[in-house]
Amino acid sequence: MQMPEPKAEILARKNDLVAQLAEVLGADGVISSPQELLAYECDALTAYRCPPLAVVLPGSTEEVAAVVRICAAMGVPIVARGSGTSLSGGSLPTADSVILGVSRMNRVLEVDTANRMIRVQTGITNLAVTGAVEGRGFFYAPDPSSQLACAIAGNIAMNSGGAHCLKYGVTTNNLMGVTLVTSQGEIVEIGGAHLDAGGYDLLGVICGSEGQLGIVTEATLRILARPEGARPVLMGFDSSETAGACVADIIRSGVIPVAIEFMDKPCIHATEAHAKAGYPMDVEALLIVEVEGSDLEIEEQLSQIKKVAARHDPMVLRESTSEAESKAIWLGRKSAFGAVGQLGDYICLDGTVPVDRLPEVLRRTSELAEGYGLKVANVFHAGDGNMHPLIIFDANAPGDLEKAEELGADILRLCVDVGGCLSGEHGVGVEKRDLMGHQYRAADLEAQMDVKDVFDTGWIFNPAKVFPLEASAARRAG
Amino acid sequence: MTEIITGADLRPTNETELAEAVAGARAAKTPLEITGGGTRRALGRPVQVERTLSTTGLSGISLYEPGALTMVVKAGTPMAEVEGALAQEGQRLLFEPMDHRALLGSEGEPTIGGVVACAVSGPRRIQAGACRDSMLGVRLVNGKGEVIANGGRVMKNVTGYDLVKLMAGSYGTLGVLTEIAFKVLPTPERAISLIIEGLGDEAAVRLCATAITTPFDVNGAAHLPATGDAPSRTVLRVEGMAAQAEYRAVELAAALREFGAAERIEGEPHDAIWREIRDVHGFAGRDGAVWRLSLKPSDAPGAVAAIRANLGAEARYDWAGGLVWLLIPEAGDAGAAVIREQTVRLGGHATLIRASASTRAAVEVFEPEPAPLARISAGLRAKFDPDGLLNPGRMRA
Repeated sequence: MQMPEPKAEILARKNDLVAQLAEVLGADGVISSPQELLAYECDALTAYRCPPLAVVLPGSTEEVAAVVRICAAMGVPIVARGSGTSLSGGSLPTADSVILGVSRMNRVLEVDTANRMIRVQTGITNLAVTGAVEGRGFFYAPDPSSQLACAIAGNIAMNSGGAHCLKYGVTTNNLMGVTLVTSQGEIVEIGGAHLDAGGYDLLGVICGSEGQLGIVTEATLRILARPEGARPVLMGFDSSETAGACVADIIRSGVIPVAIEFMDKPCIHATEAHAKAGYPMDVEALLIVEVEGSDLEIEEQLSQIKKVAARHDPMVLRESTSEAESKAIWLGRKSAFGAVGQLGDYICLDGTVPVDRLPEVLRRTSELAEGYGLKVANVFHAGDGNMHPLIIFDANAPGDLEKAEELGADILRLCVDVGGCLSGEHGVGVEKRDLMGHQYRAADLEAQMDVKDVFDTGWIFNPAKVFPLEASAARRAG
Repeated sequence: MTEIITGADLRPTNETELAEAVAGARAAKTPLEITGGGTRRALGRPVQVERTLSTTGLSGISLYEPGALTMVVKAGTPMAEVEGALAQEGQRLLFEPMDHRALLGSEGEPTIGGVVACAVSGPRRIQAGACRDSMLGVRLVNGKGEVIANGGRVMKNVTGYDLVKLMAGSYGTLGVLTEIAFKVLPTPERAISLIIEGLGDEAAVRLCATAITTPFDVNGAAHLPATGDAPSRTVLRVEGMAAQAEYRAVELAAALREFGAAERIEGEPHDAIWREIRDVHGFAGRDGAVWRLSLKPSDAPGAVAAIRANLGAEARYDWAGGLVWLLIPEAGDAGAAVIREQTVRLGGHATLIRASASTRAAVEVFEPEPAPLARISAGLRAKFDPDGLLNPGRMRA
């Protein structure tokens, strides 16, 4: 994976830049010593590291705007960072860039349950948003697995999803407005407590733009009333194909569960060894299907789901009968990533495929993995086709990372070839940047880069991400 | 290449022909009005060009996989065909798009491309999202005659920028849509609505707020003020599996007891009242300009009262108060200044939906944007359609 060469003229002006930044932020708002910069050299894609030129931690939208104006005037790239949990290297710095961290801006600004909205500064964590409203019976729906740590800023940048988006959608469907700092250092409001746009849907294109169009400092989010209850059912099958077919049949039957999670045998075994959730060890695949509502509503939905599942001869069908049993069923799923981590280092992929192609993609993924002599564990959101193959490798074995990355690229190309996409919820970042040409033709990428040209004429916001470097070279040189 | 004859309509029958038609028009420097079924042609500012480009030749469902909840459809496909195919499989579009024919007095067959270009979302928007939220992917021809694809046909997709949403509500000014992929959902077994009569605007909006913050998944909340001798009606909709819908209706009625007794409706009368709400039948065939305001729901009654203090206005509310339809005497600026005073003060936006062509040419039909956003919008238009070939003047003068 390549990153552009840092510009020598920017590196040479580090002291001048830091002095200007400190003038607006105070000394404690700017990090510039080499030791401290190491904390920002990577995000959750730890295979790639590079300390930035400096880090700024502004405390207000006005300070963000001041930072942008300083950097824009000097041509210094700005890499925005929420909590640094990106799995695609979205906040990986270059040596000549400034990391703009929003972590100090983490306040709740307004809670308005009658209008079902909350306004926050974007450094707040995903879980803290729900935390601010759950006492009143509300929640914020998108729930990425990193929700304890990840910031709303990053959720907006990557249009993050989660386990429950089959019913509630992803970030973009729950984002009503933003305060945006433009590349010219202006502060603008887009959207708000009302619905939809009066002109072009700029909010729609800002969400998921990976920090490349502007810096989002505040957000208005949709909050929803908590359902009366929720209950999962766990089902085990003798093959991944059968489990996949069951998913499509459940959806087809007219019930829309809030979540359908899938785990394959390698993942079940790793999870069981680690979390001891009591999962069946002899099945090839299991599904966790969760429905919501009152007891009566849950019974009605689950009886329909069980009826559909029976047609696929499940080896195990375990319905939760208590809060404790529900927790146990989710425990394994929630600890799956950590559990697979016990098996070795892993790369977590994020391709999405049409639901009806799941069985085929699972089969071909394991064939591809065999070809590379690598193991893959699968755990993912089956209801929406968002796969998360975990490629297990040994970071200390020379060449193993490269081999795992090649396998990953093959799997992602497969996802695209069956009608899917490279990334369902993690974003392109640097990780999938060089595969973009497989999903999009040159004209398609050109149209996207045209949008960046409009928002960010000088290409100062996170310039080396999303688009293959050769495709963006002329613009970045701009 | 599709032949270009001055003054004639262009009606390509596939995407390649459409791209050639646009490229040809660009070479000849002849701007185009983009049309589908023509039923929403009076939305936006009038486009004054000699030639139209019709998408009706691009028609048909390219892919429909009920088990994957996905439909891919060509832009010129009639809505009736889309909805018919979905109904056969017990599914539907989530966003309940309005049919503008009654309100605008237009004729023809609405197309899916028109729904998307105008971002038409109906009552269920408050629970199921807008038109753009159901869109998974688009194909379009930009003003340079290039075919552009964005998004795809899967439920979750964050690969690159989301130009899909940018296309929704761009009224054909960024490109001519050729194909759109949608997420669809099963139609619930049963729908029940509660009607509470006699509430004033303030109380009705409070009632709606109470209703949509219960756990009963209310997916329609509208208020039709009193007219003549008929009392006002506030209408709330729940749906679900058979027993689930019953449960929700009973519990919702109990939760709303303080607002008065609720009448229950189901079946055809139920569907009819939601068509009436969705399509704003109350303002159809009557004189006056029609505005559509999107506001914070709790702000809506106050905004309407302030507008009424200056203009004779009749209001109807949807989206729990967040969507206000106004009927205003069409004189002068058709109320634009008075209405926009409220949207500027409160946040939100107002769109002039129905007025004579001369009024729509003279008044800002879409909410004016602050300077930095206006610059971005104009910049996008210049990138996608550098020569201003597609629907010139439709959104901004």
